[in-house]
Amino acid sequence: MATAAEIEKQAEAREVRNRWFLSAPALIIILLAASGPLLIVLLYSFLTPGPYGDVVWKFSTEGWVSVFLERDIFDDTLSFAGAHLTIFWRSLKLAIMATVATLIFGFPTAYFIATRPERTRDIWLFLITIPFWTNLLIRTFAVLQVIRNEGIINTALINLGIIDQPIQMLYTDFAIMVGMVYVYLPLMVLPLYASMEKLDFRLVEAGYDLYATRWQVLKRIIFPMVRPGVIAGSILVFIPAIGAYVTPSVLGGGKNMMFANLIELQFGQGRNWPLGAALSITVMAIVMVALLVYVRNTSGSEARHG
Amino acid sequence: MKVDGNNGAICVPATPGKNAIEVRGVRKVFGTGEAQVAALDTVSVSIRENEFFTLLGPSGCGKTTLLRLIAGFDFPSDGEIMLYGEDIAPLPPFKRPVNTVFQSYALFPHMTVAQNIGFGLEMLGKPRAEIDARVAEMLKLVRMEKLAKRRTSQISGGQQQRVALARALAPQPKVLLLDEPLSALDYKLRKEMQIELKRLQHETGITFIFVTHDQEEALTMSDRIAVMSSGKILQVGSPRDIYDRPAERFVADFIGETNFLDARIDSIEEGRAKVTLKSGATISATLPDGFKPDGEATVVIRPEHAKAVKDGGDISGVVENVVYFGTDTHVHIRLDDGETFTVRQQNARGAGTSFERGQRVGIVIGDDAAQILKD
Ligand SMILES: Nc1ncnc2c1ncn2[C@@H]1O[C@H](COP(=O)(O)OP(=O)(O)O)[C@@H](O)[C@H]1O
Ligand SMILES: [Mg+2]
Repeated sequence: MATAAEIEKQAEAREVRNRWFLSAPALIIILLAASGPLLIVLLYSFLTPGPYGDVVWKFSTEGWVSVFLERDIFDDTLSFAGAHLTIFWRSLKLAIMATVATLIFGFPTAYFIATRPERTRDIWLFLITIPFWTNLLIRTFAVLQVIRNEGIINTALINLGIIDQPIQMLYTDFAIMVGMVYVYLPLMVLPLYASMEKLDFRLVEAGYDLYATRWQVLKRIIFPMVRPGVIAGSILVFIPAIGAYVTPSVLGGGKNMMFANLIELQFGQGRNWPLGAALSITVMAIVMVALLVYVRNTSGSEARHG
Repeated sequence: MKVDGNNGAICVPATPGKNAIEVRGVRKVFGTGEAQVAALDTVSVSIRENEFFTLLGPSGCGKTTLLRLIAGFDFPSDGEIMLYGEDIAPLPPFKRPVNTVFQSYALFPHMTVAQNIGFGLEMLGKPRAEIDARVAEMLKLVRMEKLAKRRTSQISGGQQQRVALARALAPQPKVLLLDEPLSALDYKLRKEMQIELKRLQHETGITFIFVTHDQEEALTMSDRIAVMSSGKILQVGSPRDIYDRPAERFVADFIGETNFLDARIDSIEEGRAKVTLKSGATISATLPDGFKPDGEATVVIRPEHAKAVKDGGDISGVVENVVYFGTDTHVHIRLDDGETFTVRQQNARGAGTSFERGQRVGIVIGDDAAQILKD
């Protein structure tokens, strides 16, 4: 006869088996959908480009070398790939600026919604998510209509007599920034709202009671307490921003490229898949490092709370 | 007939001193149109410097609203609030020398105990050394020295209460507002904190405005009590005044146990009246301030201010129930006119007067026991 201990052991084993069984679908999906393609990209980055795109199965580090360096076609000497570095820098700069800008616009927006009466909050949230219903391309073209030389802004300014030449906004870094802020704002507002909704507004009153001005209350009480939302929102905006493709191609006009456009170029006209693959992994590395630095610095000693 | 108001029921002789807070004709209305609620309906009250003043009333009577108006979190719909003679309406809450101990404590979860206590001083721009010294002093005052570095989530409810107190006292406010600070504590801790609060008020000399719905707490702790109901202050006075000389039925009913008897007023002189009870007995009763006699009146008598006797007495009835409480015994009596009356007698060993159900008894009403209600 089985002893109690044995029965318990069997039950435990069964539970472990069940646990694996139940999580198997998730594991398979993660393996196939996330790790699989990533491994293929990594593999491709170490192969030789084929003449019409694709790769030939021959090991080469040329893809990685040309991420940062340029080989002179005449004498084979290496020099810094200035164009790539410019694009890296622009991507990073625009992504950071877009994140900061969405935070600046998103914070008061989320605060506004979180302080509305409970009944009306849902309506505000609903309004925030409406842009999601429209295709990204269409939304980006909408921004284009607003800021182009014959667009609403320039026409209005000229008609008002404030300027007599249209301001060139389209096809600049500024245009890309505006487009990204517009498109990614909800990604910032929603997590910010989620953590502000949980904020105990009695703590805000306690702050005022203890002689904190509005600015001090924001800085010393509200901000530390909604920090998880700030972090989540920043990550949600930064990642798609640094990898943005549609926005820079429509609003940057092909001359102000970002990472994604550069990568697309390698897989398309450039016919250099290993370089494209290496660039993709570089972006990933940059994003990961940036996030690590960011989270390290923002979850300081004061942020550790429920 | 001139009614002399000098019976002390409402106008307690003032302990000489300034008024810390004066609330003048304050109304507070929430909502608009049909959904309008008057949380405070024309409240006027003066709170003296250094006094332990209590707002007592059932939930929803407007106590928190009044505190919030004084603290500056809300603004009166009408009327004004003066702090040491100056209208505080233009001051935002962070400029009022008034601090609050919140019902929920509202401690900052992302700060340590010491950081919480020092927050007010820091916001006032005090130098670091002064803040540290004052925080240390406060920690000592509330006996929390050992837990200074803890997070507020890592301490017990009673300790959180102390931190909330220390945090509000640290900037040395002119007035401290306490919104039911003890209601979340268990009985024993509550008793301890009641004593602690009295000690703190005594040691700091700060004016306390204390809110509670617990009549016992109000009676034991306060210098003066304002009894509130439905947005109005019904009576202000010392605990003794409130208990012995309730002016309104609500006050008498809310605080302690009371017997109500219908009576007819025969004559009035010197703030007292001769009244005839339904039983035909005539007793003397104190009149409330501002009483407008119309012949009929309700008389209140506290159970311990009457005495049950075997024979005689002012009124009589039959014992319905006897409840033993250890220190005293409650004798519930059905009067001959059908009303009920409770007498509370102190128990003493060997004292022979015990009563049984169904026994006929008389009730002696003491000379100064009866109080006439305003309404
Ligand atoms: N912000 C508010 N909006 C609407 N009604 C309120 C608000 N605050 C308080 N009230 C109402 O005012 C009345 C008094 O409330 P309150 O002052 O909190 O009572 P207490 O503290 O004595 O329990 C209640 O009827 C309450 O519903
Ligand atoms: Mg309340």
